[in-house]
Amino acid sequence: MSNEAATATPAEAAPAPEPLPHGIGASLPSADARAKAEGTFPYAADLWAEGLLWAAVLRSPHPHARVLSIDTSHAREMPGVRAVVTHEDVPGTPLHGRGKADRPVFASEVVRHHGEPIAAVAADHPDTARMAAAAVIVEYEVLDPVTDPEQAFEAEPLHPDGNLIRHIPLHHGDPGASGDIVVEGLYRIGRQDPAPIGAEAGLAVPRPDGGVELYLASTDPHADRDAAAACYGLTPEQVKIVVTGVPGATADREDQGFQIPLGLLALKTGCPVKLTATREESFLGHAHRHPTLLRYRHHADAEGRLVKVEAQILLDAGAYADTSSDALAAAVSFACGPYVVPNAFIEGWAVRTNNPPSGHVRGEGAMQVCAAYEAQMDKLAKKLGADPAELRMRNVMSTGDVLPTGQTVTCPAPVAELLQAVQDSPLPTLPKDTPEDEWLLPGGPEGAGEPGAVRRGVGYGLGMVHMLGAEGADEVSTATVKVQNGVATVLCAAVETGQGFSTLARQIVQETLGIDEVHVAPVDTDQPAAGAGCRGRHTWVSGGAVERAAKMVRTQLLQPLAHKFGLSTELLQIADGKITSYDGVLSTTVAEVLEGKELWATAQCRPHPTEPLDGAGQGDAFVGMAFCAIRAVVDVDIELGSVRVVELAVAQDVGRVLNPAQLAARIEAGVTQGLGVALTENLRTPRGLIRHPDLTGYSLPTALDAPDIRIVKLVEERDVVAPFGAKAVSAVPVVTSPAAIASAVRAATGRPVNRLPIRPQAAVVTAV
Amino acid sequence: MTTHAPQAAQAVTLPASLDDAVAALAAMPAAVPVAGGTDLMAAVNSGQLRPAALVGLGRISEIRGWQYQDGHALLGAGLTHARMGRPDFAALIPALAAAARAAGPPQIRNAGTLGGNIATAAPTGDALPVLAALEATLIIAGAGGVRREIPVSHLLAGMEMLRPGELIGYVRVPLLHAPQVFLKATGRTGPGRATASVALVLDPARRGVRCAVGAIAPMPLRPLDAEAWVAQLIDWDGGRTLVPEALHAFGEYVAAACIPDPAPAEDGSVPPLPPAVLQLRRTVAVLARRALGRALS
Repeated sequence: MSNEAATATPAEAAPAPEPLPHGIGASLPSADARAKAEGTFPYAADLWAEGLLWAAVLRSPHPHARVLSIDTSHAREMPGVRAVVTHEDVPGTPLHGRGKADRPVFASEVVRHHGEPIAAVAADHPDTARMAAAAVIVEYEVLDPVTDPEQAFEAEPLHPDGNLIRHIPLHHGDPGASGDIVVEGLYRIGRQDPAPIGAEAGLAVPRPDGGVELYLASTDPHADRDAAAACYGLTPEQVKIVVTGVPGATADREDQGFQIPLGLLALKTGCPVKLTATREESFLGHAHRHPTLLRYRHHADAEGRLVKVEAQILLDAGAYADTSSDALAAAVSFACGPYVVPNAFIEGWAVRTNNPPSGHVRGEGAMQVCAAYEAQMDKLAKKLGADPAELRMRNVMSTGDVLPTGQTVTCPAPVAELLQAVQDSPLPTLPKDTPEDEWLLPGGPEGAGEPGAVRRGVGYGLGMVHMLGAEGADEVSTATVKVQNGVATVLCAAVETGQGFSTLARQIVQETLGIDEVHVAPVDTDQPAAGAGCRGRHTWVSGGAVERAAKMVRTQLLQPLAHKFGLSTELLQIADGKITSYDGVLSTTVAEVLEGKELWATAQCRPHPTEPLDGAGQGDAFVGMAFCAIRAVVDVDIELGSVRVVELAVAQDVGRVLNPAQLAARIEAGVTQGLGVALTENLRTPRGLIRHPDLTGYSLPTALDAPDIRIVKLVEERDVVAPFGAKAVSAVPVVTSPAAIASAVRAATGRPVNRLPIRPQAAVVTAV
Repeated sequence: MTTHAPQAAQAVTLPASLDDAVAALAAMPAAVPVAGGTDLMAAVNSGQLRPAALVGLGRISEIRGWQYQDGHALLGAGLTHARMGRPDFAALIPALAAAARAAGPPQIRNAGTLGGNIATAAPTGDALPVLAALEATLIIAGAGGVRREIPVSHLLAGMEMLRPGELIGYVRVPLLHAPQVFLKATGRTGPGRATASVALVLDPARRGVRCAVGAIAPMPLRPLDAEAWVAQLIDWDGGRTLVPEALHAFGEYVAAACIPDPAPAEDGSVPPLPPAVLQLRRTVAVLARRALGRALS
């Protein structure tokens, strides 16, 4: 487009301004989208304080070693170095950890994974700090690392807590049941890294009262504060976390392993201290998705109806427990997928190794088993000579069916409808039917792809995931809504991680109070806790709390008016900033009634309680579940084994659409993250050492790798127990898309595809 | 203020000619020359390299273009991948243009240079197999305006090294006026490092086929026997055609030459190659077959 045309367009295209979208169901844009696009959004890495010092962390170069001595004297003597801290300088509890406090702030006697923190330095320059960290002399006695999770059972304990983090033996139904047809498989899932593009960063500022303020891109500020305060030997009130500039998260964003040393250095030096992690430190520091080994046996009758599923699931938790226990519960509970399975015998283990720690990456546990049970469904279809989609259709669960954990699925479970929708959607055109210039073959636009060697495959994946914390976790959130001068403000400690909570909070208040201008206040730990930003909990519990608080404000607003006219508040309604009575007699504006008033209300939302899985893996462990069906269409160069995903058609059970644009973005992002699991993302750790901790070696999907993602159906069956009836939407596409892509590669090549990511040699057809 | 600030203490010179740059390097022996910086700056940022001084080559206009010299093109070492990928360059040396277009995302192609690709000599450097197949020579600039010429393969194999204070000035490439192909396998659709690459050029004047395989060894490999064998099968005066079986055999020949079978054991049995190596060999065979097929089509 020429410059002239570009400048002319806006002038021509300036008809009457459209009313801004507002309220539930509208595609309200995110408040910070513009700043992020223009590069003016202040991320945590941009923080600054007068006279600040720079921190650097010394990390273990070995996956397993005994620490014989730590000599910090050279580092301390370097000009510009203000403090060096090691395990001896941790005044409070020496251990922290998300699921379980089993991880030392600094290694003292033994290092258990590559990248474990040993010491931290504060200096007046970032490079001085790094050089000083490198000048700390640590004498190691290198030990043999345990890197194969199967060896962990027999190996010497790597930790006082032992190598078995959790074992769930799930027994459901009749162990003697058997089917006419049996298929077996062994599956391996690689290690995905959340690889946040904005690496970890933070600033710690000491307070005159002996406390410390931490400015972090935390996604769970209260838990991070409690862990930090315990390690500092301070009360939680003396530590404040201010959430600043979160650059997007698909997991627990921040790594406590650098947050805690940061505050420690600030307390020690009395100066503000800043740290920005390099890409390498980022890969070494935060938790990864659990690499998983799965062994399955499915029994089915002659019609292809599932009779029994037997499975063994082994999660590699890495050196520390983190949230592995939750991941294992999800893996075991959803091991059979969204299918009716009368008899299930699933054993799951999460074990400790000297690999980098695994933790929460969305869809954890559920994603790994989905890839395996869907591979089994493909195998079963092949053995029966049935259509894979048709075989799935014969087995899908619906509301009222029972999970292998004994829990009845009470929420909407429109699995058959989802599968039907993706099946019915038209297939994309074949390359030969499109102009040759537009072909994008496997291998990319300048790649080696040759049309004669390309085979197309279509595959299906059905997935499910739970929402909110499971097994009795107290999922509570508190929110305050304040109205003053015609402007509403939401105060809630739910962190906007890109999931869209702050947009949703604005929509809820607009809908309930008819006030267009709504602000969401910044988050800090002086506010009541709202919990971690994961598993869709903020849409549910924090959204629910905001709605209740807004409704309380509404009552305060309408009460005097209702009283004056002798009506009950229920007979008044608010729409588009106007208050009208049921009969239309009374009509006034919100602004008029609000005149000069300041209204406040605080409310909590706590979903119905859940219970832990018992010794046989039984229990009502989940608040709710979400389902998804994906049809993948792939092109495979069967000589080179390169795979290009052409299209992913998604049908999802969303309960209710609250913000269509945001919802579509979340589904697209989730599907693409799953694409990474399926094709390219695997953090390799030969002998426990992270190889290529950079974004060249670790291949995230690019725009060229991402397929057309078509959302063919959103099933809006409201979940009565969820606020607004809406379900969490981000995790279930991540869970399902790897399975669908693997299924499509199976269809294209006839190869078994038992391992994710799919390596080229697994997609090559040797005897053409 | 950035987190990588001690550069303040560093001397950065930006010479305007090749001889000035060589003089600057002679004046500061600890200085490191930098062109696109796509590899060098990554090493600096990760703390692996702390150059005491930098000599920036970006302002030397004489090495940012190319000229013709008796049947050859004299390519400036400062040519960026983006420039080499353009159609006018592709008309001259198609394989080098194809390699330049395949070399990473646009940001890298805009900055990374031909000379940098050679100097870094990473096994996955996409231009390297093309230069090896073209039997390119390097014109090295030394102190006092001295120029010497060495074959690119000698430098990549470590037979001849750059001496202190020397810079790669130009790359001399024959203009063959015949089809050339560069293919690479990355295992993904988006930009990525090659797991294997093949450059193949036809030289009708000498009735030769020249082929180099990149990324599978520290330097590009030339399967000379396979080249000679296939060259004598081609009908150079006619339609330059080859039967599909010969294409297939050429691919296998190239792959076996680059990734040979392990030495037979004492009892004469040949141990099988590990699956990953076998896959690499298959990939090389497919790339070589497709490359020759495209060159002859």
